[in-house]
Amino acid sequence: MDMKPMSIVVRTICNIFAWFVVVFGAYVIIHGHLSPGGGFQGGAIVATFVALLLVAHGGKRFMEWLRSDILTVFECVGLIAFICIGFLGLRTTYLYNFLALKGGLFGSPVPLGPNAGVLNSAGTIAFANMAVGIEVVGGLSTIIVFMFLGMRHVIESNKGVKKNDR
Amino acid sequence: MSWQVHLPALILTIPLLGAFVSIALTKPRLRNFWFTFILAATAVLAFLLWRRVGAYGTLIYVMGGQSWNFTLPSGMAFPIRIIMEVDAFGAFMVLTGAISALASGLFSIRFLDRVHDGNKFVSLFLLLLTAMLGLEVTGDLFNFFVFLEIASVASYGLIAFWRDTPEAIEASFKYTVLSTFVALLFLVGVGILYGVYGTLNMAAIAKNIQVGFLEKVALVLFIASMAMKCGAVPLHMWEPDAYGQAPAGIPCFLVVVGQASLYGMFRIAFSIYGQAFHGSVLAWIIVVFGLLSMFIGVVMAVIQKEAKRLMAYHCISQTGYMLMGIGLGLLALSSPQAMSEFGFTAMKGGIFHIINNAMYKGLLFLTAGSLFYATGTTDLNKLGGLSRNMPYTTAMFAVAAAAIAGLPPFNGFVSKLLIYESSFVVHPFLAVVAMVTSILTLASFVKVFQSGFLGPSKENMTTIREVPLTMIIGMSVLCLMILALSLMPNWALSNLVEPAARDLVNQASYIQAVMGSGLQ
Amino acid sequence: MIDNLPMIVVGALFVMGLYGIMFKRNIIKIAIAVSVVESSTNLFLIVLGYRTGGSIPVYTLAGEFKKMVLPTPQALTLTAIVIGLATTALLLSLIMLLYKHYKTLDVYEIRRLRG
Repeated sequence: MDMKPMSIVVRTICNIFAWFVVVFGAYVIIHGHLSPGGGFQGGAIVATFVALLLVAHGGKRFMEWLRSDILTVFECVGLIAFICIGFLGLRTTYLYNFLALKGGLFGSPVPLGPNAGVLNSAGTIAFANMAVGIEVVGGLSTIIVFMFLGMRHVIESNKGVKKNDR
Repeated sequence: MSWQVHLPALILTIPLLGAFVSIALTKPRLRNFWFTFILAATAVLAFLLWRRVGAYGTLIYVMGGQSWNFTLPSGMAFPIRIIMEVDAFGAFMVLTGAISALASGLFSIRFLDRVHDGNKFVSLFLLLLTAMLGLEVTGDLFNFFVFLEIASVASYGLIAFWRDTPEAIEASFKYTVLSTFVALLFLVGVGILYGVYGTLNMAAIAKNIQVGFLEKVALVLFIASMAMKCGAVPLHMWEPDAYGQAPAGIPCFLVVVGQASLYGMFRIAFSIYGQAFHGSVLAWIIVVFGLLSMFIGVVMAVIQKEAKRLMAYHCISQTGYMLMGIGLGLLALSSPQAMSEFGFTAMKGGIFHIINNAMYKGLLFLTAGSLFYATGTTDLNKLGGLSRNMPYTTAMFAVAAAAIAGLPPFNGFVSKLLIYESSFVVHPFLAVVAMVTSILTLASFVKVFQSGFLGPSKENMTTIREVPLTMIIGMSVLCLMILALSLMPNWALSNLVEPAARDLVNQASYIQAVMGSGLQ
Repeated sequence: MIDNLPMIVVGALFVMGLYGIMFKRNIIKIAIAVSVVESSTNLFLIVLGYRTGGSIPVYTLAGEFKKMVLPTPQALTLTAIVIGLATTALLLSLIMLLYKHYKTLDVYEIRRLRG
């Protein structure tokens, strides 16, 4: 429960698989308009990268790796990008999908019938997915890091605990 | 002007943008400036929205598309998008909320000097503001639930903001568990209505509703969850703890957030169920909630020794006035003769009481907060004789206490008189309870005024100085609104309250505004 | 009777969660019970959208289909799950702070506010 890293086996497996988790999460985010998934789900998958590092390598080394503001930057970029996507459609209404079916970026029409899905479709929904994905990575990672720091604080002030829980 | 078409969306996205940007602002001066700017912009937008609703009638805004319905090849039009529908009652509540947010935000700026992460407070406050405004402009049931949950989560964080005080964490924990459960009950109700009608659009449900067993179950769930959120007895136990332990500008703002839940209850009772619900059971239940809240709130308030907890109990009692007033209007909904006899007067009294309560209750919470800022304690046994040291706070407390007790020149008297008149026609017992509550309110505030401000100074209180300037400006916004409403009650009744009451009663125009036309 | 089995499960989960909130003394168990009630509500929303014999509501991947299940309750459930996540994270943080201050996890002992 403190800051010690786990054994060498766990650390090696973590080093091999950690970045696969990020790539898979990015896949789920980007293909959100074609297959089940999307912004929140993909962002939660990428946040398990942070949890995996924290558990396998121990808190002390992880806090040395983590730059001080990177998680807040992720959150802010994601959130402000989402609001600006909404404002860009303001000629008609807020959050209007002005890119769909126009042929440009993310604008191809989707053919009818069963097919593999076209990544280039769905307009601002794709951008909204990516913005939400970036934000959820920042948000959930912040939750994990702060809860870990809070637990360390609680354990250190652990004097005279009454054993009453039932 | 053409940009004013987008006002219902702008009034949500400007505070939301403010909340998101303020996560990154850690320098105090920049953060305070941004906070004040966003609050002032929201107040201006709220006023413009109210003017536009007054000029053009009910406004419809479709989020993300051009029309709110989708015509199938067979010719049937099916409602699909999320819409915002602002009628006069919604615009009235938006205006109240924005003014109260401006006052409590200005007040809270000085409190942020004492904590090290004030930007999180600003961000949570602006999220709570967005969610409250969203509750009042939305026209879609699930969107209402989402905004309700955003408001709840933001308020859990704000109530627990002083993390070194154990009582604040305890109050927030109790409130969190209770409020989460109740919001899930609301979601079950929304699910039931969706399963029966296949749509979440409030006007579409109102057009097709036929009250059977499932709709009654959904109605019970809705009323129970909204009654808990606004602090009606018997679901009021969280309110003294939560309002008593929050940082000082927050209970002032939570009053209007609770009133947004009151708005939700009346929107569901009047505009979704409306005249399809035969019988008067629902109206009598709301009136009984109001009676119990009035009486139990003020009786528990008289015996309190701590200033903010006492004011939270008074908040419960004032919510009872609003519930009783508008509940009597609901009672008279089915017959036009009863409506002209007592119903419309009761609704005007209840709705005017909403803005009155936000102003004077907010000001009372802010004066209790400034007592805490200046002296470090809110215990009435320890305070004394502060009127020499804090003249502005004393004057504003006197104005607010006179307004809440219903003394004649102030606005509290106007709304309470309308409620007394109309409830006396229904049954004299209701008016008697309302008047006794008023008298006990006056007694309680005389006690607080005397023990806190009058009398000889205590030994450790002689070096207390008046609170800083931004806090006085925050308090004086509310004080000026109280005085304005008191000096011009006829203007306020005919321009603010009567359009709101008329639009709330008129379920047909609520439906017609959406279903009768496509775009705005 | 067997067609109504999902709704019976929803009701049973809801009642179990409610029992946990009302009668358990450990505040972590109360937080878990809130999570159980959230799960039952999400299950209720998904079951509302089910149509017998329906396939997945993705037009390009459904294959041969007669009818699809409704996709709107699935979107509502996703939103409700995210809201539940935020509430659970906040509840757990509050529990950590309560433990730090009161040194106990028993809800009968955490009662300094009364009256």
